[in-house]
Amino acid sequence: MSMAASQKRSFGAFLWDYLTTVDHKKIAHLYLFGGGFFFLLGGLEAMIIRIQLIKPENDLVSAGFYNELFTMHGTTMIFLAAMPLLLGLMNAVVPLQIGARDVAFPFLNSLGFWLFLFGGIMLNMSWLFGGAPDAGWTSYVPISTTSPGHGVDFYVMGLQIAGAGTLIGGINFLATIINMRAPGMTFMRMPLFSWTTFITSVLILFAFPALTIGLFLLMFDRMFGTAFFDVSLGGNAIIWQHLFWIFGHPEVYILILPVFGIFSDVFSTFSKKRLFGYTAMVFATILIAFLGFMVWAHHMFTVGLGPVANSLFAIATMAIAVPTGIKIFNWLATMWGGSISINSTMLWALGFIPTFTIGGMTGVMVASVVADYQYHDTYFVVAHFHYVIVGGTVFGIMAGLHHWWPKMFGRILNEAMGKLTFWTFFIGFHLTFFIQHFLGLMGMPRRYWVFLENQGLDLGNQISTVGAFFMAFGVIVFLINIVHTAVKGEKAEADPWDGRSLEWTIASPPPHYNFKQTPLVRGLDPLWIEKTEGKGKMTPAEPLGDIHMPNSSFLPFMISLGLFIAGFGFIYQVDHNWAYSLLFGGMAITLVCMMIRSLKDDHGHHIPKEDLEGEAK
Amino acid sequence: MSHDQSLNPDIMPNEPEKATLEGKNKFLGFWFFLGGETVLFASLFGTFIALRHSTADGPTGNEIFGLELVFIMTMLLLTSSLTSVYAVYHMRNNDFNKMQLWFGITALLGIGFLGSEIYEFTHYITEYGFTFRSSAFGSAFYALVGFHGGHVTFGLAWLIGLMVRNAKRRLNLYNAPKYYTFSLYWHFIDVIWVFIFTVVYLMGKVG
Repeated sequence: MSMAASQKRSFGAFLWDYLTTVDHKKIAHLYLFGGGFFFLLGGLEAMIIRIQLIKPENDLVSAGFYNELFTMHGTTMIFLAAMPLLLGLMNAVVPLQIGARDVAFPFLNSLGFWLFLFGGIMLNMSWLFGGAPDAGWTSYVPISTTSPGHGVDFYVMGLQIAGAGTLIGGINFLATIINMRAPGMTFMRMPLFSWTTFITSVLILFAFPALTIGLFLLMFDRMFGTAFFDVSLGGNAIIWQHLFWIFGHPEVYILILPVFGIFSDVFSTFSKKRLFGYTAMVFATILIAFLGFMVWAHHMFTVGLGPVANSLFAIATMAIAVPTGIKIFNWLATMWGGSISINSTMLWALGFIPTFTIGGMTGVMVASVVADYQYHDTYFVVAHFHYVIVGGTVFGIMAGLHHWWPKMFGRILNEAMGKLTFWTFFIGFHLTFFIQHFLGLMGMPRRYWVFLENQGLDLGNQISTVGAFFMAFGVIVFLINIVHTAVKGEKAEADPWDGRSLEWTIASPPPHYNFKQTPLVRGLDPLWIEKTEGKGKMTPAEPLGDIHMPNSSFLPFMISLGLFIAGFGFIYQVDHNWAYSLLFGGMAITLVCMMIRSLKDDHGHHIPKEDLEGEAK
Repeated sequence: MSHDQSLNPDIMPNEPEKATLEGKNKFLGFWFFLGGETVLFASLFGTFIALRHSTADGPTGNEIFGLELVFIMTMLLLTSSLTSVYAVYHMRNNDFNKMQLWFGITALLGIGFLGSEIYEFTHYITEYGFTFRSSAFGSAFYALVGFHGGHVTFGLAWLIGLMVRNAKRRLNLYNAPKYYTFSLYWHFIDVIWVFIFTVVYLMGKVG
């Protein structure tokens, strides 16, 4: 952490800096700590779930509280932990990898973060205001429309606000990657993480609006008495499932594609080899994204869409295994014959391959319609998606954090603690979830707060809970590692891993303008080319000149705060008239701040050439 | 410095909306935004098509829709799209006053459309008791058409804000992209209306 610089200033100035920042590197820190906080919260919920299931007919929590726990665990982990952590890594790394000084829309980047944070807080406020949502993270109607209290209302408003932030982030990365690449950085020279960020942003752009509409319809039904899902007035409950999964299936690729990019960069860096099959990797990513939009109904096999629809969606689903397989083999081939160094980053990547492959295989199993009638809503499915989401996304985030921590904070994470985290988490993960495949096959359903004795489920659940404690231990070691590194971690040089891409050509952490002079890119792995065939450093593509930078702004915070207040208004106008003041007041704050942004000129500022010459190289 | 160039350019380029990096980013980013909006409306259309016969013994589309008014509304909105094209044409010729004039006409036509829509909704509610809550068809109808109407309202506020804000200064490379992205937005809601006219009203009459 750049504590040395920040400690000179007062804490107030430090806070104000982060509240108003539009710098993608600081926004990355915010995403990282915001997402990290929600990850711990979701992890805590998971631990209570596992402790409840440690023995048959346990009475630690009530059935209702258990419903809230698994709903909030799923929703928090997907929307408030995994995605923000990925967005944090994207923000930290992608502009550097493509040789840009900032993102295309710095203001919107900041707005995206604050919307996510306030959306996340909104969702979790439900714990304090009469109970959390309890209809599952999928919030199927009519369970969600008839759920008493305001829990599901908080789900609707929280996700609506956070989802808007994610959509804005996606558009920002699309424009950034298309318009802001350095000279010579053609599309087919971009590092894989930038590529997968690009494709993920396309998924975000076309998937999230379906959730937006789904949430609006649910909101109208719950808060304004409409009849979208009310069968007595002609409504149709299946519409929710379609809208949710038209969003929800691309969402799982939103979670997994970025980490495919992270692993590609990690394997090639630590094998000291060009990524095997770069072009195939890019096109496999595009193909996965494309197919990802055509398979949503495989979550609905048991709804009764009919054999033709089910078969088509099953075939499309199985087809995704092909590009994914291409990727697995390309990673293996990248390591083949490479000069491999195994550190904690690489451990996560190596652990990912078998774990994710198991998750992929069970994926093909649940894609087979007939068999899915057996697996549906059992622990087999729970095991499957934890193998892909934890074994893929969480492992990938951990690999990415260990890899880019020096670039983000200027210090290298402790290696011994990194390895301890990996091994305890890895072992704990397989202890927890491998056995759940068999629990599911033996008929244990998801989302039940108790199970009966002597059904063959006792030992399996006990093992699973023990595994969860191993994972929790690993996470705690990682937290200690973060603190230890911030206090007395080894200082990182610009290029601690003998890297290949542009982020390793500048200081760790980078100056706020990133590149003093925009680099000239001569091929894939530009830094590696300069190391092997050039002077060992980048050739500038422009003379030293003034650098134009965007101004900080407090408006994104205020816009998000306004929506947060209005969210409470929407929820409570159902039973209290005073809530309208919150509704209109909050919307007024948001709209006025948007208007100020629109009407007040903001030209940014210039860093004069002389200042740049004065600064250290 | 580029700073002054964007506010007081020596030569006004042919496409002032895309002359700066900020302008190019806005142009591209806004197209992507419209891509997301397409999915947004597609979801609403899908919902509407699924629920359009679910009238729950309430009024059907065939009973309440009056094509005369809807046709006038269609003409108002299509014409407003055309006038915004004229406005952009004058923007490219660096003729600020004519641009403002044509955008002003666009705004008037948009207000005409919005007024008609408000009248239409009021008519349905008071004459037929056809509301957001009366049937699934009603919910789907008001959600789809209302979302479009909300977009028109937001667009009008945006346009009027832009015109008032820039009334006393000329066109420059900072505000040209703002006008241009507005015109993209306006065309988009026009296209959406063409689909609403077809799917909601024409299919409602014959279906």
